[in-house]
Amino acid sequence: MSATDLAANYNTTGKPDSADIQSDVLEVAMGPHHPSTHGVFRMDVALEGERIIKLKPVFGYLHRNHEKIAENTSYLASMPYTDRLDYFCSMTNNWAYALSVENLAGLQVPERAEYIRVITAELTRLLNHTCLVGFLLQDMGALGTPLMYAFREREKILDLFEALSGSRMMCNYMRFGGCRCDLPAGWLEQAKLVVANYPRFLDEFERLLSENEILIARTQGVGVLPRELAVNASVTGPMLRACGVNYDIRKVDNYGIYDRFEFRVPLGDHGDVFDRYMIRVLEMRESLKILNKALAEIPDGPVIDPKAKLRGFRPKAGEAYGRIEAPKGELGFYLISDGGPNPYRYRVRPPSLINLTILEDMCLGHTVADVVVILGSVDIVLGEVDR
Amino acid sequence: MLGTGIIKGLAETARNFIGSYTDPERLVTVEYPDQKLPAKENARNFPFLVFDGDDWEKGLRCVACQICEKECPPQCIYIEKSKDKKPDHLGKPQFYPAIFNIDVSVCMSCQICVEVCPFEAIKMDTAFELSTGDRFDALLLRKDHLAKSNDYYNSIHPTEAGEIDARRAEERAKAEAKAKADAEAKAKAAAAAVTEKPPDPTAATAQKTNPDAPSPEPPKAN
Repeated sequence: MSATDLAANYNTTGKPDSADIQSDVLEVAMGPHHPSTHGVFRMDVALEGERIIKLKPVFGYLHRNHEKIAENTSYLASMPYTDRLDYFCSMTNNWAYALSVENLAGLQVPERAEYIRVITAELTRLLNHTCLVGFLLQDMGALGTPLMYAFREREKILDLFEALSGSRMMCNYMRFGGCRCDLPAGWLEQAKLVVANYPRFLDEFERLLSENEILIARTQGVGVLPRELAVNASVTGPMLRACGVNYDIRKVDNYGIYDRFEFRVPLGDHGDVFDRYMIRVLEMRESLKILNKALAEIPDGPVIDPKAKLRGFRPKAGEAYGRIEAPKGELGFYLISDGGPNPYRYRVRPPSLINLTILEDMCLGHTVADVVVILGSVDIVLGEVDR
Repeated sequence: MLGTGIIKGLAETARNFIGSYTDPERLVTVEYPDQKLPAKENARNFPFLVFDGDDWEKGLRCVACQICEKECPPQCIYIEKSKDKKPDHLGKPQFYPAIFNIDVSVCMSCQICVEVCPFEAIKMDTAFELSTGDRFDALLLRKDHLAKSNDYYNSIHPTEAGEIDARRAEERAKAEAKAKADAEAKAKAAAAAVTEKPPDPTAATAQKTNPDAPSPEPPKAN
């Protein structure tokens, strides 16, 4: 579809087509090289003045053939590739993939490994939401300060991940039936310190921003996502909960050991950008509760199922779906095995891509500057959108 | 009142600015080329090959089994097996890699080669200041460039390397004890054979070509 097809229904002659004064429709390709698109993502927008009358998201600039590569390598070799899906949250990506392979092969995860998984996943949620809030404010024009503070806090969690897995972002830490290695000496104490200091940062962040008049004016009532549309479009994660739908896979599925932790699921009311921002801030506080309990209760023991094989891993024929509540929404991996060393079919259900499908519905009638904010509130990572 | 939120926010910014002079929690960065943070023990960057002793060609632990080549997700390792064999740390003759190349422009530092290696031969380096002006040849690391001593490995990953060294020392002690016991048994058998009949010429030749073989019996596959 060429750019001119977009506005086929609109007057592009340059002359008013009625007695009313009507400006021309302007077509703008926002992206793929636009800083507000958080990567290589294009929005073809048709504008009437400043107002959006049509928006078409264009995906695929970062397509890397992830699923087909995974179908041609061993199960283990796709694990580091899952890090590169949503490169902010490699731990949760690892967990979702490991979970579906465990479902397929019937592996049991030892107690300690389950706790480590919960701890790393909740640290990932903190990290992701912190960054998202920083980026969202950056998109709104708060250049520098909030993002800098967010990245300062993220750095502490990345240091923990580096001490644990060896890599800051591409952790490649989980394995089928457990985790790659045990916690290094002193890691738990460091993690407890980071978790203990985090509420101070959240309080500061809320004082810095939540009452800010500019933030409220820019976000309240902007990009409203109706509840029915959100459910029908299978939007998940904080996007869905900001519309007031109580759906958190940690509660619904009870995967891992989440049934042992007490936490609330924050729900929004209006489904606008402000609710989506606030949901993330509240979710961070709930994550801290889970982390406190998990760090205090973690038992000793092995971290990997002794039946799990590293080399020559061939699960029996069958199919499995494993899904977790990733920071961005439901992240699922669907696998079909034919008994061979590599999956017959490997499919990722990415939250970012599916949450992005309703972008036009949220943006219509708003201005270009609002589109940037609305896109920021969806929380996308292009590595996961395009795969 | 309109604007109070902004003023509160600015007060927070001021607190952070002043705090960055006193509170290490608020200033986490360092002036990089002059100051460096201590490396994490688990940190990983690119793989290297471990060798024992002083001579890297003799001491290379790699036996060219090519498991890492097969398992490497981005297929950045290229190995060619040698024609001849050299003794490993247990004295057993093993193949060695005639060619071992790692294309670091392809490597994604995932550590899978390290995990699958049954010989503790390939490990992750922590060096990260590796930029080069040559985009082609300098990014294809050869065997001589990859080989690094066990002492170096001990210096970057002390805990892990210590465990591995202890295990290998135990294996070697066991192998030596077994070789000694076998040699004693052989000497006894030879003494018995001398008294009864002349020595078997085939056993003697086998012994000559393969001095490390513990007994004239064919070696059992592990």
